[in-house]
Amino acid sequence: MKLLLTGARVIDPSQSIDSRLDIFLEDGKIAKVGTNLSKSTKTKDSEKITKIMDLSGMIIVPGLIDMHTHLREPGFEYKETIASGAAAAVAGGFTSIACMPNTDPVNDNRSITEFIRRKASDAAMANVYPVGAISKNSDGSQLTEFWDMKEAGIVALSDDGRPVMNSALMRRAMEYAHSLKLPVISHCEDISLSAYGLMNEGYYSTILGMKGIPSIAEEAMVARDILIAEFTKTSVHIAHVSTGGSVRLIHNAKKRGLNVTAETAPHYFTLTDEALQSYDTSYKVNPPLRSKQDVAAIKEGLADGTIDVIACDHAPHGRTDKEVEFEYATNGISGLETSLALSLTLIGNKILKWPELITRMSLNPARILNIPKGTLQEGADADITVIDPELKWTVDARTFRSRGKNTPFNKYQLQGKAVMTIVGGEIKYDGR
Amino acid sequence: MKFDRKDILGIQDLSVDEIHLILETAESFLEISTRPIKKVPTLRGKTIINLFYEASTRTRTSFEIAGKRLSADTINISSSTSSVVKGETLIDTARNLEAMNPDIIVIRHSVAGAPHLLAALVKQSIINAGDGAHEHPTQALLDMMTMKEHKGKIAGLKVAIIGDIEHSRVARSNIYGLSKMGAHVALAGPATMLPRDIEQMGVNVFTKVEDAISDADVVMMLRIQLEREKQNIFPSLREYSQHYCLNRKNIQLAKKDVIVMHPGPINRGVEISPDIADDPSFSVILDQVNKGVAVRMALLYLLTGGSE
Repeated sequence: MKLLLTGARVIDPSQSIDSRLDIFLEDGKIAKVGTNLSKSTKTKDSEKITKIMDLSGMIIVPGLIDMHTHLREPGFEYKETIASGAAAAVAGGFTSIACMPNTDPVNDNRSITEFIRRKASDAAMANVYPVGAISKNSDGSQLTEFWDMKEAGIVALSDDGRPVMNSALMRRAMEYAHSLKLPVISHCEDISLSAYGLMNEGYYSTILGMKGIPSIAEEAMVARDILIAEFTKTSVHIAHVSTGGSVRLIHNAKKRGLNVTAETAPHYFTLTDEALQSYDTSYKVNPPLRSKQDVAAIKEGLADGTIDVIACDHAPHGRTDKEVEFEYATNGISGLETSLALSLTLIGNKILKWPELITRMSLNPARILNIPKGTLQEGADADITVIDPELKWTVDARTFRSRGKNTPFNKYQLQGKAVMTIVGGEIKYDGR
Repeated sequence: MKFDRKDILGIQDLSVDEIHLILETAESFLEISTRPIKKVPTLRGKTIINLFYEASTRTRTSFEIAGKRLSADTINISSSTSSVVKGETLIDTARNLEAMNPDIIVIRHSVAGAPHLLAALVKQSIINAGDGAHEHPTQALLDMMTMKEHKGKIAGLKVAIIGDIEHSRVARSNIYGLSKMGAHVALAGPATMLPRDIEQMGVNVFTKVEDAISDADVVMMLRIQLEREKQNIFPSLREYSQHYCLNRKNIQLAKKDVIVMHPGPINRGVEISPDIADDPSFSVILDQVNKGVAVRMALLYLLTGGSE
């Protein structure tokens, strides 16, 4: 299939492009980026062009990448399947996603990795990159076969959902993974500090009478992982940064030239723990929603580049997981279909410029995961997201492609939306 | 004043006028419990369900007696004897109870916010009889009623609340109520039992019991749950009682006419010495229990449209 996209503003941070250009897609690749391509391609090759699309008023960016999702299959198909998650991804504008290994069984060996890739290939929606577990069954005691899983297709390692509490194991994991050029994604949580916690520890946990999760539960582990990365001359990627203290630690590590990267999720720069006063379980997430000061620090970290990536930590759940007492509810937000619009508020609020936002939602995750994505260079895979920056829409969880309708953003009025998602040259989502 | 609230979920939600109305209504009900025939027909034909997911003697009995003295039909459900043991969720239990058309559901639950979940779900009035470490509104109301009777007022009183503030729903409800009514609240407990940012609730916070008791009109001692020792919240009951127990000596720091309160059940010799607990010149502990019935009668009456 050949596609000629015309009339849109093209933003590609990998080539410092931000101008009105045409893009010609051929055989699943980006064949040409330039001006007036309709003339040249028409005269030379007109019969081969199957479709010309006028995308005036739209913004074309390299396909968005969410490097932190939970697809729940195998094991929790009632929450999400690889197919439903990959469909939710393209509906949210994501052409590639990485999925965390905390399924049942855990993705801690080649056969599960292969299963995930086969299911993703059958679904044929977004590209799905499996993340392998650091430890067998993610129980923190014994390393998995990183090399074997890498050959099977994992792009990173993480015990996400749980921290690696054993510092010696984390050190070995980072050393071994580094030699294989696999990033280690760290879920930073000292569970001796966070145990039984339900929300951020502070004024609101105090008045609500709920056990708090102190910010130091995250920060102590961020500090530890930075120290291990420095000592072993390796790297670490900090998942779902939620506190101002973590931002400060990562900022200082980067200033000292250490190989530390970090991500945050839209809810950590959009919501505070004040929202928990409703006892609405859709706000229950781990790490928890933090204070106003933390939210301000997260935004600052995004603005100054301390936080490299926005990843939504897509955590779909079924109704039975959330329609219970707050303490019994599971953690997580189904985020893929609201992530872009929530992130676009950062542009409206003058925290990020367009190319900076796209860097954090496409180029940087591609670089961290070492995947050949996040660019519109000629010859690259034709993974493209078309965004209508003006479109005003209301979140309606019932219409989510994701099986997880658990979102605190239901009924939110948002502006800007992915209206078309092209993966490998094929239109996988068209919401125009 | 018309009382048009559907539920009583916490003192945080109540206005000063509403608290006054509840206390005045309760005062008018006190006398019923002193009659030879302790029953009035006010709530005849009304059904009240006491849904208790957590052990309770005082509160459950108090609600049951309150309902019965107003001639309501009261039904008690406790989690060990209900379909909870069969795995039914709170939401399903609530919908089933709702289908039987009671007028009021009183709920106690170990999880903070459980009554709020219920209130949003069913059309019946919900009374929170204690949710986790969050609120225990009827306890705070009966405490304020007791203070008002013994001191003639609430505004301007200095009230010291001593003990495990972090895990206490009684403390939170009293802080809200007393602050709204113009009293000054001082808290004291080991630093490990003082929750983060508690001073933002508008209270003075101390780690020495003497500092909080000093010049107090009311001293309220909280129950120390014995299992906290294992969680390293404090080193030992021995050390706790040496420094935080209310006794003949430290009570001298309070005003001469101080009253001593405790929501019960008390640990004699841990947070309060037996001779203080039993001394009628200080202790109003059993009077609190007596007021509890009147306060609960008042709420049942007001929620079923009694003020109209």
